[in-house]
Amino acid sequence: MAMLSVDHLSISFGGLAAVYNFSMEIEKGALYGLIGPNGAGKTTVFNLLTGVYQPKEGIIRLDGQDITGLPPARISHAGIARTFQNIRLFQGLSVIDNVKVGLHESFPYGTLAGVLRLPSYRKQEKAIDDRATELLKIFDLDGQRDLLAANLPYGAQRKLEIARAIATKPKLLLLDEPAAGMNPGETTELMNTIRLIREEFDLTILLIEHDMQLVSGICEELTVLNFGRMLAQGRTKDVLKDPEVIRAYLGE
Amino acid sequence: MLKTIGKKYGFYIVIVLFWLLMTLLGNAGMLTSHFSSLLVPMTYYAIAAVALNLCVGILGELSIGHAGFMCIGAFSGAIFSLLTKEVLPGGLRFFLAFVVGIAFAALFGFLIGIPVLRLKGDYLAIVTLAFGEIIKNVLQAVYLGVDAQGVHLSLDMTTFRMEPDGLTLIKGAQGVSGTPRNSSFTVGIIVLLLTLFLVHHLMDSRDGRAIMAIRDNRIAAEATGIHVTRYKMLAFTISAAIAGAAGVLFSHNVTTMTNISNYFNYNASIMLLVYVVLGGIGNINGSVIAAMILYLLPELMRGLNRYRMLIYAIVLILMMLVNWAPGVQERRRRLKAFLKTRLTRAGKEA
Amino acid sequence: MSFLNYLINGLSLGSVYAIIALGYTMVYGIAKMLNFAHGDIIMVGSYLVYSSMTMAGLHPVLSILIAVIGCMVLGVVTERVAYRPLRGASSSLAVLITAIGVSYLLQNLSLLIFGADPKAFTSVITWKGITLFDGALQIRGTAIVTILVGLVVLFGLQAFIRHTKSGQAMLAVAQDKGAATLCGIDVNRTIAITFAIGSSLAAVAGVLFCSTYPTITPYIGAMPGIKAFVAAVFGGIGSIPGAMIGGLTLGVIEILSRTYISSQLSDAIVFAILIVVLLVRPTGLLGKRVMEKV
Repeated sequence: MAMLSVDHLSISFGGLAAVYNFSMEIEKGALYGLIGPNGAGKTTVFNLLTGVYQPKEGIIRLDGQDITGLPPARISHAGIARTFQNIRLFQGLSVIDNVKVGLHESFPYGTLAGVLRLPSYRKQEKAIDDRATELLKIFDLDGQRDLLAANLPYGAQRKLEIARAIATKPKLLLLDEPAAGMNPGETTELMNTIRLIREEFDLTILLIEHDMQLVSGICEELTVLNFGRMLAQGRTKDVLKDPEVIRAYLGE
Repeated sequence: MLKTIGKKYGFYIVIVLFWLLMTLLGNAGMLTSHFSSLLVPMTYYAIAAVALNLCVGILGELSIGHAGFMCIGAFSGAIFSLLTKEVLPGGLRFFLAFVVGIAFAALFGFLIGIPVLRLKGDYLAIVTLAFGEIIKNVLQAVYLGVDAQGVHLSLDMTTFRMEPDGLTLIKGAQGVSGTPRNSSFTVGIIVLLLTLFLVHHLMDSRDGRAIMAIRDNRIAAEATGIHVTRYKMLAFTISAAIAGAAGVLFSHNVTTMTNISNYFNYNASIMLLVYVVLGGIGNINGSVIAAMILYLLPELMRGLNRYRMLIYAIVLILMMLVNWAPGVQERRRRLKAFLKTRLTRAGKEA
Repeated sequence: MSFLNYLINGLSLGSVYAIIALGYTMVYGIAKMLNFAHGDIIMVGSYLVYSSMTMAGLHPVLSILIAVIGCMVLGVVTERVAYRPLRGASSSLAVLITAIGVSYLLQNLSLLIFGADPKAFTSVITWKGITLFDGALQIRGTAIVTILVGLVVLFGLQAFIRHTKSGQAMLAVAQDKGAATLCGIDVNRTIAITFAIGSSLAAVAGVLFCSTYPTITPYIGAMPGIKAFVAAVFGGIGSIPGAMIGGLTLGVIEILSRTYISSQLSDAIVFAILIVVLLVRPTGLLGKRVMEKV
């Protein structure tokens, strides 16, 4: 069964169809790309998948479970995590606390246990700290664990956002332009990290990207969006050869 | 080891030392009666400021109606004490008055939070103000009493008739009188310490992280699986409850609450906001220090008292401009960089 | 007949709220900030009329002119000194708290200058009004003038926004500051003009308010200010006809509930209406819905 199956998804804003009749199947363990020119509706698809927007039509299934129309927090619990195009960290929290927020659901001690420092608090906080440290190490951020997230350099902020997303133990990870603003060296490093976390955490990954080097380098399959509609779908090398796609990207 | 203890509990120790000093000076007769009378209000304003900072600094929602929650705590605690004056021993009664005052303030915080927390920013602020004013206006208009026939509640003095042996609890604009004077500096300090313990421990737990995550980025918090409404409600309710505790201290200190609009109007809420801003938004200990200093200073310097409010206003504006204006921030950053290069150069030359 | 009388009094008070609400709604719509000190401009306006008319013995019209100009300058100066530096600040709380500070500052400056005891305001409107139905219905001159001024202000403002360059610039800035800048609109200047207009309207409202309730204290502006904000929200913030409708409705509700329900609870009722409106229709009667960008 597919990890994510999307059926005829549509949404419009003020009468304008932002995404129309969008369908997609992502197999478990896949690394899938969603590409398209600016304003094609890629981020809108992410917002639909994560419950930020309610679709007008269509069904979204995650691992067989219907998650259409659920609120964002419930979708996170169901197993979708995401990053944002315009990085959204918890700026006033330390680097490690950002990851700890991601571990919120996995260690559910009560408010009273927290305030009174009961044994369940001590035990679970220890586990949270260990787990968060592990995740930071993977992204090479453990050196800055106590720094305020706002004070991290740009590239590190992108990595921290991914670390936080993984902390929620997702089945499906959505990455919104993870390489935006990175230099070629950083992009290559990021590609390796993405491959690594897919193995390590048994993830299925859907990513939006402009950087063709990254897309053709790691995505096995692609969907191309243009003006809210699907232009092409299939194996990466086939899609990139599609004349319609080339026209949409390079213009007439 | 000593360092971590100092970092964690240093502020509690400072407060205890302050309490010890004041108590010793008081016992030695070295404090004027005027100064002594300021000590209890100082503690409850500090507590109320911490409550407001939990809402403004930690939850990130500006409330300008927190005096209303203090009002609820003050009235419900006082009414409980009046009802049980003859039945319960002083200490137990005062303790239960806290329980009642806190419970009522929390209940109102919860009920008001349901609609209020759905709003954002300016709207939220103005609605908290509206609720604060409603609480104050209603309590000023209400007549409440008990006698052999049961409970009497009325909005009109002329229809409010009690049997001669009845006990009037709220007498319209004249408010509540005859509350036992149970509040003391020591009790105030204990409640303050408990409040700090509660808020610090809350912040340093998964709930606290969730609340601050919502403050920093609601959309990301939701996407990370945080139940936003639940944690907003939690923080707001606890904040109201703490303000209620401050209210109980208040009513059991002044004993007669007439003209409550002088104490619980929106100016009172704004005074609390001044404490929070000056102490640092989100800095809990800072609120305590700011409340204590700002409350004591003008009272001590009588000449300054005329200008107190004016100074508060200027402080409020300047603090915002210095801390938040993008232009000022940029200039500060440049100055810092300049000084840094200067110092390192001077260091090298030396 | 007495009901009709109350209704007219309500419309008169409502016109005052409406004029204040127009200033609120313009500033909120264009500068995207809740100018908490807007109500206190009313108070300053009243004191200016009082001091030039009663203390300096100037002609009422000249006094009103002084108040309008004084408030206009005050509005522009507060915007320049306190609010403009905070435009683009990362925390939206900052400018709101600053506005609260300005409100506090104006109140306490007035307290120091004029003292706490109320000053008696001589109404600038000397017309007694009209009597109908053999004295069964008396309409005070102040009520009629207030309502008329309210209408003139409304239509004048509508015309200004539709037919002048500055008015069009205001609409553009309200839509999108960045895009307006790209179109060559001076955003700072447009916002300053908005404050100038809003503040001079507040002065007019102050004169009308004090003609009906002729005592001035440093705190008289706070409540009408907050209620006018309620009116602006009620009508849909950012909408000029909305502010007018909201103001009139609120004035009528306040007078009627003061008469028929309870004089002490009339404020509570007004605030309860605000809460209900925000819950049922957060955008108000004529407001537009905005979606958050992710």
